[in-house]
Amino acid sequence: MEKIIKDRSLILNRRNFLSKTSIGIGTAALSSLLGMNFFSKSENGVLSPTASGAKGVLKNLHFAPKAKRVIYLFQSGGPSQLDLFDYKPMLTKMRGQDLPESIRNGQRLTGMTSGQDSFPLADSLFEFKQHGSNGAWVSNLLPYTSKITDDICIVKSMFTEAINHDPAITFFQTGSQQPGRPSMGSWMSYGLGSANENLPAFSVLLSRGTGRPAGQPLYSRLWGNGFLHSLHQGVQFRSGKDPVLYLKDPKGIDRTSRRRMLDKLAELNHKQLEVYGDPEISSRIAQYEMAYRMQTSVPEVMDISKEPDHIYKMYGPDSTKPGTYAANCILARRLAESGVNFIQLYHMGWDSHDNLPTQIKGQALDTDQASAALVMDLKQRGMLDDTLVIWGGEFGRTNYSQGTLTNTNYGRDHHPRCFSIWMAGGGIKPGVVYGQTDEFGYNIVENPVHVHDFQATVLRLLGVDHEKLTYKYQGRRFRLTDVHGHVVNDILA
Amino acid sequence: MTLKKIKNILVKSLGLMSLICYLCNCQTRPTSDGNISKLVEKEQSIPDKIDFNFHVKPILSDRCFACHGPDKNAIEGDLSLATREDAMKALGKYQDRHAIVPGLPDSSTMIQRIYSDDPEDVMPTPESNLTLNDYEKEILKKWIEQGAEWKKHWSFLPPEESEIPQVQDKDWVKNEIDNFVLAKLENSQLTPNAPAEKEKLLRRLSFDLTGLPPTIEELDAFIADESPDAFEKQVDRLLASNAFAEQMATHWLDLSRYADSHGYQDDLERIAWPWRDWVIHAYKKNMPYDEFVTWQLAGDLLPNANREQIIATAFNRNHKITQEGGVIGEEYRTEYVADRAQTFSVAFLGLTMECARCHDHKYDPLSQKNYFELFSFFNNVPENGQIEPYGAIPEPYIKLTKKEIDEVLTFINNVDTLEEIPLMVMQEMEQPRQAHILNRGLYDQPTTPVEPNTPEAVFAFDKEFEQNRKGLAEWLFDEQNPLTARVAANRLWQQMFGTGLVATSDDFGNQGALPSHPELLDNLAIKFREEGWNIRAMLKMMAMSATYQQSSKTSPELLEMDPENRLLARASRLRLSAEMIRDHALTISGLLSEEVGGPSVKPYQPDGLWAETIGGGGGSLAKYVMDEGTKLYRRSLYTFWKRTVPPPSMMIFDASTRDLCTVKRQSTSTPLQALVLMNDPQIIEAARVVAQSTLIEKEAPKERIETIFQLATSRRPTDEEVQSLEDYLQEELQYFESAPEKAEEYLSIGEYTMKVDEPTTEVAAYAMLASTIFNLEESFSRG
Repeated sequence: MEKIIKDRSLILNRRNFLSKTSIGIGTAALSSLLGMNFFSKSENGVLSPTASGAKGVLKNLHFAPKAKRVIYLFQSGGPSQLDLFDYKPMLTKMRGQDLPESIRNGQRLTGMTSGQDSFPLADSLFEFKQHGSNGAWVSNLLPYTSKITDDICIVKSMFTEAINHDPAITFFQTGSQQPGRPSMGSWMSYGLGSANENLPAFSVLLSRGTGRPAGQPLYSRLWGNGFLHSLHQGVQFRSGKDPVLYLKDPKGIDRTSRRRMLDKLAELNHKQLEVYGDPEISSRIAQYEMAYRMQTSVPEVMDISKEPDHIYKMYGPDSTKPGTYAANCILARRLAESGVNFIQLYHMGWDSHDNLPTQIKGQALDTDQASAALVMDLKQRGMLDDTLVIWGGEFGRTNYSQGTLTNTNYGRDHHPRCFSIWMAGGGIKPGVVYGQTDEFGYNIVENPVHVHDFQATVLRLLGVDHEKLTYKYQGRRFRLTDVHGHVVNDILA
Repeated sequence: MTLKKIKNILVKSLGLMSLICYLCNCQTRPTSDGNISKLVEKEQSIPDKIDFNFHVKPILSDRCFACHGPDKNAIEGDLSLATREDAMKALGKYQDRHAIVPGLPDSSTMIQRIYSDDPEDVMPTPESNLTLNDYEKEILKKWIEQGAEWKKHWSFLPPEESEIPQVQDKDWVKNEIDNFVLAKLENSQLTPNAPAEKEKLLRRLSFDLTGLPPTIEELDAFIADESPDAFEKQVDRLLASNAFAEQMATHWLDLSRYADSHGYQDDLERIAWPWRDWVIHAYKKNMPYDEFVTWQLAGDLLPNANREQIIATAFNRNHKITQEGGVIGEEYRTEYVADRAQTFSVAFLGLTMECARCHDHKYDPLSQKNYFELFSFFNNVPENGQIEPYGAIPEPYIKLTKKEIDEVLTFINNVDTLEEIPLMVMQEMEQPRQAHILNRGLYDQPTTPVEPNTPEAVFAFDKEFEQNRKGLAEWLFDEQNPLTARVAANRLWQQMFGTGLVATSDDFGNQGALPSHPELLDNLAIKFREEGWNIRAMLKMMAMSATYQQSSKTSPELLEMDPENRLLARASRLRLSAEMIRDHALTISGLLSEEVGGPSVKPYQPDGLWAETIGGGGGSLAKYVMDEGTKLYRRSLYTFWKRTVPPPSMMIFDASTRDLCTVKRQSTSTPLQALVLMNDPQIIEAARVVAQSTLIEKEAPKERIETIFQLATSRRPTDEEVQSLEDYLQEELQYFESAPEKAEEYLSIGEYTMKVDEPTTEVAAYAMLASTIFNLEESFSRG
C-alpha cells in the first residue's frame, strides 16, 4: 500500500504542475506544490486519497477561515425582493403610475417587457412587518424566516450584470455569463479539497417549485468543473433508488460479491503494475476502493428515515417527501455533518412574470420553513458557526408590473439592478440588514454588492483570497471572480 | 514518502524541464554536454547560451506581461517588454534609466528590481501574486549579460526544414521521425524501449486509428504474419476502414463543438447530423486537410458551390443558439460570431484570440483590433440572435431533399427516409455588416469600424486574398502561414501519442508549451503541407515509426526523469476515451452496430435526468426517450448530445461539453468512473453477452476465461492469471448457486437476449467474471 501511495503522490505532483507551464516552475507554483497534501489519514491511520483528490491546492489558507463548509440554497428563477424583503411603501403611494424615466435611467429591459406601452408600478400584495432586534422588514410570505432575522444577514443591495436566466445563473455560479468556467463548488473543491473520504466534496440537490412548476430549466454545467480536474465536478444526489448516478450495484449483486470483485481487480491490477510500472494503475485501484466506500456512505447519508419526528416537524410537512426542497434541506444538513464541503440546492420556479401573487405563495411555502429550520438545526448542533448558509437567486424582479396590473394580480420581469439575498453563519455578521435601495426599489443607493463581490466574500469566509485561488488554463490564470471583486468587509463578523 | 524526497524529485524534474527546453532550442542549437543524468544532478543549471524563445520569453510572458506586455492599455511604469524596441526605451521622468541595458545587467533596472528586497520596489510586485525564483532571475540576468537578444515567437516564424539528425543506433530507425527522437535520447544517454509485443501494438494501433479494439481473429492473423510488412498491412487495413473515418470524426466533433441541441436555456433540438455524416464521408475518402477545412469555412463562397460544399459550412453553425424569451438578439448574435472566431483561432491557429476580445491580448502580440478584424469575417451571416418563434429553425438553412440525398448526397444516412431535412449552414449577406471594435467586447458598445483582416503577427493578409471567409481560408493555407500546418500535424501527433509535440495543442502562443522536438514538428508540418495535406499519410508515417511501436513499460528511474514522457523513450499508456470505453464493450460483445451515420440515437441513460432539469419547455428534449433495438448499440459518436444535460457516463470519462471548441480532453481517474464501469447497464449487458457468446463458442473453463480475457485486453492471460480467475469463477458460481434468483436478476439486465444451454447460475458466474475482466485497468487503457 505504501508503494501505491508513493507512486501516486509522485505522479500527481508532477502531473499537476509540469503539464501546466511551459517553463517549468515559478516559485509560487513550487512552494504551493511542495506542501500539497494529497492524502489524509483515515481512522486506521492508513493514507488514502480522498474523494476530491484530497486536500486541495492551497497548502495554507490566506486567512483564518470562518466557514468550513457552504450550503447554498439557490432560488432559481429570480425571487421577487419586493414581495419578500425589500419593503417599499412608495410603490403603494404611486401604485399604477408609470415608472419615472429618471429612475429607470436607461436600464435595459428584457425582450418580455421592452414592447410594453407602460410600466405601472406595482406594490406588493403581501404585508410587511419588522422583525427581530434590528427591525428587519420581511413580508408575511416568510413567517419562518421572519423568526430568524437575528441570525441572518439580509443583503438588499445585490446586483448583477445579466438580465436573462441562462447568463445570470451561469454568472453567479462561475463568475462568467458564458458557459465554460468552473462553478463555485468546483473552485472550493479544487482549493480546499475534501473533509471526507467517502463522499464527493461538492454535492448538488434539485427540487421543483410548486408555485410555477413549469419554470426555468437548470443545466448540469452549473455544477460543472469547467477546466478543472473532473474530480471537482458537482455530484448530483437524487431521491430514489440510485441517489448518485451508477451508484447502486446491479440487481443480483450484493456487497460480498462486489467485495470479491474489487479484491480480484486489485490482485490482477497489481500484477500489471509490476509489469508496466505505471502509477496510474495504483491510482485506479484507489479509485475503485473509494467508489466502493461511496456505495455505502451515500445511501447512509441519504437515508433520512431515522430522523426523529421533531426534525420533520421543524422542517415542515414536505420534509418527509423525498425530492422536495424541505427533504433536501435535511439532506444538506446530513451531508454537512458527513464532511461534504459544498452543498448546493437548486429550487426552481421563482420566475413570476405573471400571476406572481399565486406563484410566489407556492414558492414561499416550499422553502420558507425548511430554510429557516436548516439554520436553526445547524445552530442547535453547534454547526452554524462554521457553516455558511446562503439563500438567493440569480437576479431580482421589477417594481412595475409585467402585463396588466389589477387589484389582485401582477407579474414582474427580471431586474438585475437590485435584489435581496440572505446569508447566515460561517463568519457572517448576524442580525444585519445590509445595503439600501431607493424608495422605488429600483436602484441601489447604499453599499452595492456585485456578484463578484459576493463570490470574493464567500471565498474570504473560507479563508481564501479570491485573487490567489487561480488555475492556469490556455495560458491564462483564471479565478472565480474573473478580474474583479471586493470582499464585503462590513458583513463579516 | 517524506516531503524532502518529494522536493528532491521535483527539483530534479525541474532540472529536467530546463534541460528539455535547452535541448529543444529550435532556432539556435546551443551545444549540449549531452549528459542528462549529469544535468539532472546539477539541478537547474543555467545554460551557457541563453535562448530568448526557450529560456527568457516564457518568464517574461508569464510573470511580466500582465503589466508590461502587448496590451497597450495595461502598461505600467511606461515599460513594455513585448518588443525589443519598447523594452529598450529610456524610462522615468528624466529619461535617465533603462529596464534593459544589453551587456550590462547591473545597469538594467529590470535586474535591480527583480533582485530587490524592498517590497515597494521588487518586481513582480507583491500584489501581482507572482514571483520569480532564483533560477529565473539568473536566466534574465545572464540573458542581458549576453546582449539581450530578441526573437520573434517561435510559432510565428515559418517552419524550417531541418536536416535529419545522425544517430548511433541506426538499426532502430524506421523512418525520419525516429532520427529526431533517437538523436535526443542519445544526447540524454537514454535508450528507447524494446518494441511492444505484437498484440499490444495492434491494440494500440486499432484504438488510435479506429477507436475500436482488434478482434481475436485480427490479433491471431497479425501474430501469425511474419512478413516484413505485416504491421504496414495492418495500418493500411485500419486506415481504409469506416471505423477510421468515424474515429477521426469523433475528434472533429469536439473541435467543432457539435451537438444535437441548441445549448442555452430550454435547449431545443437541432438537426446537425447530416453535417456529421459529411465529416465521416470526407475522412473516408481521405479528403486533403486544406480542402476539408476550406469547405467548412467557406464552402458557400467557392465558385459554383455545390450542395456538398454548402453542407460542409454547417461547421460554423454548430455554436450554441438561444431561444430565451428575454434576450436582445444582437447580444447573442455577437456571441455566435465570437464563437466562430474563437473556434477558428483555437482549431486552426492554436491561438487564444478570444483573450483579445475585451482588451489587447495580455501575452501574445494580438490586439483587440486584430480580434475584431478576424471577428468581422464571421459577422456577415443573415441570422438572428434569438430563435423565434419558439422552436423555429435558425436562419439561414437549406433543405436537403430525399431525392438529392438518394441521388447525390448518398453519404447522408437518411434512415428515416425523411422527405426533407433542414440543415443550418453559412451564407454571406450581400451587403456585409459593418464590424466594429466593441468596447470591452460588449455588443452595445461599438467603437472604431474595422474590416476583415488577420493578425499581422502571424502573417499579413495580402491584397491578393478576398476579404471574406474564402480569402481567410486561402490565407490559412498559404505557404507562408506559420501556424496552420504545425497546429494540424501536432494534433495528429496527439492522437497517436497521447500528447502533442506541443503539449498545449490549443495554445501555440507565448503562454503555451514549447515543442519537445521542434525540428521534428517543423519537418512534419512541411511534409504535411507539401505532400498535399494528406491526413492518412501523416498518420501512417507516425504509426510506422519505431518511436510509435515501442513498449509502454517503464521503470522508476525513467518515470522520475521523464514523468510526462516528453522524450519518448517509451510509448505512453493511455486511458481509453469516453467513446472508446463504451465502443470497446459493444465491439467485444458483438453488439456493436456497424451502421454509419444517421440521426443521433439515445442509448441507456439513467431515468429522469432530462425531465428533472427542464422548465416548461424543451420540446422534443423535455424527456429522454430511450431508443430500442440496434440503436442501443451504435458507436458512441452517434449518441444524442443534449448540451445542457450531456450523457453522464461520457462526461464522467472526460468527454468535452461541446459548449466551445475543444482540441484536447482531460484524462482523469475518479471514483465515479469505477461506478460507471461496474454498474452501467450498457456495460453489464455487454459483459453478459460476451460471457454468453463465449459459453457457446468454447467448452473448457480455461478456454472460456482466456477468450474473455483476450477480448478485453487483446492479450492472452498468463497461467497465473487464468488460475486466479478460475478460482474467482468458482466463488461466483457458489454465490449464484446459493441464491439462483440472483442469477436470474443479474442476467435480466439489458434489452438484448441470448439463449445458452448452460444453467443460469453458471451463465451468471461467467457474466460476473466478464464484468470483472472489463473492470481491469488494462481493459480500458491502451498500452
